[in-house]
Amino acid sequence: MLEVENLRVAYRELLALHGISLEVHPGEMVALVGPNGAGKTTLLKTVAGLLAPRAGVIRWHDETISRTSAQRIVEHGIALVPEGRRLFSDMTVRENLELGAFTRRAQKEKKLQLEKIYSLFPRLFERQRQRAGSLSGGEQQMLALGRALMGLPRLLLLDEPSLGLAPRVVDSIMSILSELHHDGMSLLIVEQNVHAVLALAQRAYILEGGRIVSTGEAKRLLDDDHVRAAYLGPLARGAE
Amino acid sequence: MGKLFTTYYLLLATFKMILTQQLILGLLVGGLYGLAAAGLSLTFGVLRVLNVAHGELLMVGGYATFWLFTLWEIDPFLSLLGVGPAMFVLGLLLYAVLFRFVVRADEEARIKNSLLIGFGLTLVLHALAIQLWTADERAVTTAYSGAVLRLGPIAIPLLRLSSLLFAFAILAALHLFLARTRWGRAIRATAEDWEAAALMGIPVGRTYLLAFALGTALAGIAGGLVSISYSISPSIGMEWTLKALIVIVLAGLGSLFGSFAGGILLGLAESMSVVFLGGPYREVVGLMLFLLVLLVRPQGLFGTRP
Repeated sequence: MLEVENLRVAYRELLALHGISLEVHPGEMVALVGPNGAGKTTLLKTVAGLLAPRAGVIRWHDETISRTSAQRIVEHGIALVPEGRRLFSDMTVRENLELGAFTRRAQKEKKLQLEKIYSLFPRLFERQRQRAGSLSGGEQQMLALGRALMGLPRLLLLDEPSLGLAPRVVDSIMSILSELHHDGMSLLIVEQNVHAVLALAQRAYILEGGRIVSTGEAKRLLDDDHVRAAYLGPLARGAE
Repeated sequence: MGKLFTTYYLLLATFKMILTQQLILGLLVGGLYGLAAAGLSLTFGVLRVLNVAHGELLMVGGYATFWLFTLWEIDPFLSLLGVGPAMFVLGLLLYAVLFRFVVRADEEARIKNSLLIGFGLTLVLHALAIQLWTADERAVTTAYSGAVLRLGPIAIPLLRLSSLLFAFAILAALHLFLARTRWGRAIRATAEDWEAAALMGIPVGRTYLLAFALGTALAGIAGGLVSISYSISPSIGMEWTLKALIVIVLAGLGSLFGSFAGGILLGLAESMSVVFLGGPYREVVGLMLFLLVLLVRPQGLFGTRP
């Protein structure tokens, strides 16, 4: 349902993506891994409408959305949980969640969805009157996820959901992601924690220097020599 | 010996009275500084664009109130209920014609271009006001303009007191709007992180438009109150922009009531300087405070982030 074809994205003169093609099928969990500066964040931001591509096409249910604004893309059902969470830290947990349901489509389901989010993350319910900035790292990530879910997405784009979190918190985030996946959500995940995400995802793309260098079933990539050496070995970043 | 003491106490009593009187006047003018600053702070906080023509917009609101009263004898406090929305519409137009193109630019170009546009607008509005209404100083003089509330030897001008209360009521209403409504929250979200706001489906361009128009309406209402309580002329703009800027630095961005408190603080500081240093130092004190706060607490007295 999401098709990216030959996508080129540049920051001023500097080309960050040199013709990327990838797909996410309905209900699929796809991982996107690669070193820092490979263009993973750029790719997610472009799909979400925050960056405009130089060339190439992004299609969503056979509709071209490469030139659609971020605000309209949310209406289409694609939500990005950005790197560093980007919460509205001066506002309360509750206000953050309600802002997640800003679109007309989500506004109608707001009450019901809020209850769902609170049952998925009971901690957020307990802290709903607190400032988002006062939450712990793990709670903030849950809030960022919950806020995105308030928009009733069909495809979730996640940028480094486990960054800076304690191992136990990472586990709980990962299990929530797999729970969402089982409920039929499509996910495209950028993750430094390569081992964890490849174990969870069905397919994966490996991005290096703005190009896709390898793709295939996630389980198979776990055994791939290049992947093992670059991302899973003792010197790999993801193993830290 | 006894006579000396009597003179001394008399002087002290007089001094206390003058001080109290000045502090009250400072408090009253401070409320208007606060209202002017709240408008500037709203546009600056949301659009990240400093509108140096804010004082000129205030001047335009002042003239609107003045002419509505002079030509049709519409009570100034009543006419403000019309001047506010009219200035809101003017804000919509100014944003659509001028500022819309600035906010798309990256940070450096945004600052440079917004200053150019702002100063241009300042010159145009200033010249227009002189052409249309001459350079004379004007003030709304109602039948109740001279009324004062007497507390012993202290006199409180009723009109200025009502202006202060009116300013406070406007800010309270705006606060409720920003805190409780869907679009108010969208404005606050955009102020904090416009990219994250866009990811929520908030139309960032429209929140900019709304914030700018609200800022313009606040300037207009402040101007109306200035024309009621003090006086206006085509050249008051820069002075009010400067006051608003000092208050923003003093109070920090992001809180309406912070701006209001900051305005009152500036008003009080100015009146103290009149008592202790003499009238000419009035303007200097504000700038001194400005520097002091920048040195000691750059995020402002009530601001949370630098």
